[in-house]
Amino acid sequence: MDIIFMLIGCSVIIALFFLGAFFWASKNGQHEDTYTPSIRILFDDEPQQVSEEEPKK
Amino acid sequence: MDVNKELKIDTSCYHCGDPIEDTSYQLDSHRFCCLGCQTVYQILNENNMASYYRYNSHPGKSQKIQKEDLAYLDEPNIIAKLVDYQDEELAIITFYVPAIHCSSCIWLLENLYKLNPGVKTSQVDFMKKQASITFFKKEISLRELVQLLHQIGYDPKITLQDVVKEGKKLNQNNLIAKITVAGFCFGNSMMISFPDYFGMADFEKQYASFFGYMNLAFGLPVLLFSASDYFKSAWYSLKQKRLNLDVPLALGIFVLFFRSAFEIISQTGAGFMDTLCSLVFFILIGKWVQQRTYYHISFERDYRSYFPVAVTVLEGEQTKPTQIADLQIGDRIMVRNNEIIPADAILLKGNASVDFSFVTGESKPVEKVLGEVVYAGGRQIGEAIELEVVKAVSQSYLTKLWNNESFKHVEKKFETFIGYISKYFTIGLLLVAFSAALYWILGGNADKAWAAFTAVLIIACPCALALSSPFTLSAALSIFDKNKLYIKNTAAIEQMAAIDTVVFDKTGTISSPNVSSMYFEGALSAQEKSMIYAICRNSNHPLSREIIKWLGEVPLIPITAYAERVGKGQEGTYQDLHMKIGSASFVGTAKKEAEGSVVYIAVNNVVKGLFTLEQSWREGLSNVINSLEGNEYQLHLISGDNERRADALRMIFPNQANLLFNQSPADKLHKIEAWQNQGQKVCMLGDGLNDAGALRKADLGIAVSDDINNFSPGCDAILDGEAFHKLPKFFQFSKDAVKVIKMSFIISLLYNTIGLSFAVQGTMSPLFAAILMPISTVTIISFTSLMTRGYAKRRKLI
Repeated sequence: MDIIFMLIGCSVIIALFFLGAFFWASKNGQHEDTYTPSIRILFDDEPQQVSEEEPKK
Repeated sequence: MDVNKELKIDTSCYHCGDPIEDTSYQLDSHRFCCLGCQTVYQILNENNMASYYRYNSHPGKSQKIQKEDLAYLDEPNIIAKLVDYQDEELAIITFYVPAIHCSSCIWLLENLYKLNPGVKTSQVDFMKKQASITFFKKEISLRELVQLLHQIGYDPKITLQDVVKEGKKLNQNNLIAKITVAGFCFGNSMMISFPDYFGMADFEKQYASFFGYMNLAFGLPVLLFSASDYFKSAWYSLKQKRLNLDVPLALGIFVLFFRSAFEIISQTGAGFMDTLCSLVFFILIGKWVQQRTYYHISFERDYRSYFPVAVTVLEGEQTKPTQIADLQIGDRIMVRNNEIIPADAILLKGNASVDFSFVTGESKPVEKVLGEVVYAGGRQIGEAIELEVVKAVSQSYLTKLWNNESFKHVEKKFETFIGYISKYFTIGLLLVAFSAALYWILGGNADKAWAAFTAVLIIACPCALALSSPFTLSAALSIFDKNKLYIKNTAAIEQMAAIDTVVFDKTGTISSPNVSSMYFEGALSAQEKSMIYAICRNSNHPLSREIIKWLGEVPLIPITAYAERVGKGQEGTYQDLHMKIGSASFVGTAKKEAEGSVVYIAVNNVVKGLFTLEQSWREGLSNVINSLEGNEYQLHLISGDNERRADALRMIFPNQANLLFNQSPADKLHKIEAWQNQGQKVCMLGDGLNDAGALRKADLGIAVSDDINNFSPGCDAILDGEAFHKLPKFFQFSKDAVKVIKMSFIISLLYNTIGLSFAVQGTMSPLFAAILMPISTVTIISFTSLMTRGYAKRRKLI
C-alpha cells in the first residue's frame, strides 16, 4: 500500500502543473477578452476569394 | 417575399439602415442615406471587402456627423502621449471606438491591413470597444490612420484623460490568482480528506498522519495568500473601532486553521482544512462577483475627457495645433464650428454664438461681441472665430468649477444592510462562543470547552451571509444593465433603495436633445415648399435635416445660385424667386423673442414665416412623475435654464414639488445639501457639467445620457435616455433586491442556528462541517439568484 504515497505525489504534481498552466494563461491575457474570439472564429476566409473572382467573369 | 425585401432595402440606407430622405445616393443598386455612407461602401467595395455587409445587414453607423480637425495628430509630443508603444519602425496604439457594435465591425477592423498595407495587425476587444492597432510609422502616420478609420466610419474617441484605458485590471488579476489558489487547495484537500470521512480500517490509520500533513500543506497557502485580504480588512476595521463582516470571517478562518493544525500535529483528529479551503474559495468568489465592472463605461470622467486633445493656435499667419495643457496666456487660438472653447478667452474676430448648455444648462446659444470674455466649455456654433487666451486652462472658470472645494466632499457615508448587521452579528457570535466555553469550564471539562469555543467560531463563520449580498446585488446589476441603467457598483443599488427624494435637472435630463419637434408659423405654397426642400437638401446642418423631415414628400425642383453662409443660413433662386433661409439678421427681419432654435424663410425679402425647433420632454415623463409621486417620493426640479417653460412643468410636477430655475452649479449643490440636512436621501438626475457637483453630493447621482459612450460627468449610475420611462420600476426593483438580501439573511441565520446547536455541545465532526458549509452556500446562491430574477419578472424588467 506504500504505492499510495507515490500516487498522491503524482496527482498533486499533475494538479500543480495545471495550476501553473492557468497562471501562465492568465498572465498572457487569455482571460482578458472572453467574447471577441467567439465571434472571430465564425469569419470565413473564403468570401474574399469569391468576391475577387466575381468581377472577372 | 423577394418583393418585400426589395422594398425594405429601398427605404433604408444599405450601410447604416437609416431611413432615406434623399434619393440621389445610389451605387451598385444599393441606396444610401448620405454621401458618407456611400463613400464607406465604395472604399470597402473597391478593396474587395464587401463581406462586411455579409455578416449583418446595415452594419454601419450613420455618417452624417461632422468630422473634426485632425492636424494635432502630427505633433510628435501628442503622438507620444497617445501611443502605447513606439520604436523606429513600429507603433502600437489602442483606440476606443464607440461605433463597434456587431461582428461586421470586428471583421472590418481586423482586416484593416487589406485597406492600407501600413497597418501590420489590428485586434478588437468587443466588450471594451477597443481596437489595438500595430502600424509601420514610415508607411502610415497616426493622422492617416485616424483618417482611414474616419473614412470607414469608425471614429476613434481620442482624449488625453483616457479613463477607459486606465481600468482596474491589476486588482482583479490578483483576486483571480487568490481564487485559483483557494480552488486548487480546496479540491486537493477534499480528495485527501475523503478517506477520513468514509472511515479508515485499522491498518490504514498509518496513513492518517500523512494525509493530515498534506492537508496542512494545502491549508497554508490559503491562509497566508488567499485569505490575506480578510485579515487586513478585519485589522483595519478593528483599528477604527468598527466591526465589519470581515471580522467574524477572519476570526473563523484563523480559528479553523489553528484548531486543524493543532489536531493534525498532535494527532488528535483530522482537522477541518477542507472546510477552510472551501470557505475561502466561496467567499472569494462572492467578492469577485461583487467587483464586476463595466469595461466600456467610466463613472469617473472629468472635464479633461470633455475637452479636445488639442486646439489650433495662430502664430502670425501659421497655424499650429497645440495640446490644451500647453496653452499660454496670450496665445491666439482659432475655434471652428462645433469645436469647444478650451480656456477663458477674449473674442478677437468673428461672430461668436456659443452654446453653453453643457456647462450651465441654459439651452439658448449666447451671442458674444468682440472684446468680450468667452468662458471655457462653450461650443462655438457657426463660423470660425479667433480668440486670445486670458487664463490658463487650469485656471479657467470651468476647471475651477470642477475643482471647487465644495464639490470635493468626503466619501459617501452610507451603511449597507450587511454592514449594519455585522456589528450585532459579531457581538452575538462572541457571546455564544464565550458562554459555551464558560459552561463547559464550570462543568469542569476544559477539553470540551476548547472544542465548543472553536466550533462555535467555525460554524458560525458568516460565509452564507457574506455571499447573500454580492450574489443578489450582482444579479440585480445585470438586470439593470439589460434595461440600460448602468450602475457603478453593488453598494449603489442599496443606496438606490434608500432614496426618498428625487431631483431632476431640466435640459438634457427630462428634455431630450434627440426628440425635438419642428413648428412652422406662417403659410407656404406648394412651390415654396419645393424650393425650401431643394435648398435644404444641400446642407448638412441639423436644422436643414429637421426641415426636410417636416416637409415630407414634395416634388424636387432645380434651383440656381445656391449658397450657404456658415452660421447664418442659405439661399437659392428658382425662376424669379430668390429664397433666403436662415437667421433673422440673414433674412433681414427683426428678431422675434422665440424659444429654441429659429429658422426664418424669406422670398424676395418678404418673410414668409419661421420654423421653430423645440426640445420635447422625454417619452413617458408624466408617467414617471406620476408613479414616483404615487410611491411617495418627493420630487423636485433644479434647472440652470430660465423660467420660460415653467408653466408646462407645473402641469407635470405635483403641487408640493419645488421647481427652481436659474440655478448655478453651486446653487444646485447647496440645495441638495440642504435637503440632505433635513434627513432626506436624495437622488439627483442630471446630464451636464453643471450638474457634476450635485451628482456627486447627492446620495445617488444618476447621469442621464443619450449615448453612454459620450461624455457624462462623474456619478454613481448612468441611465440611457431610452430607458428613462422605466425609472419608477428601477427604484422599486432596488427595494426588492434589498428585500431579497434580508430574506437570505434569515436563511443563513437558520443554518447558523442548526450548526451552533451542535457546536455548543462540542460535538462537531469535520464531516458535518464539510457538508454544512457547501450546502448553505449553494442554498444562498441559488435562492438569491432565483428570487432576484423572480422580482425582475414581476416588475417586467426581464
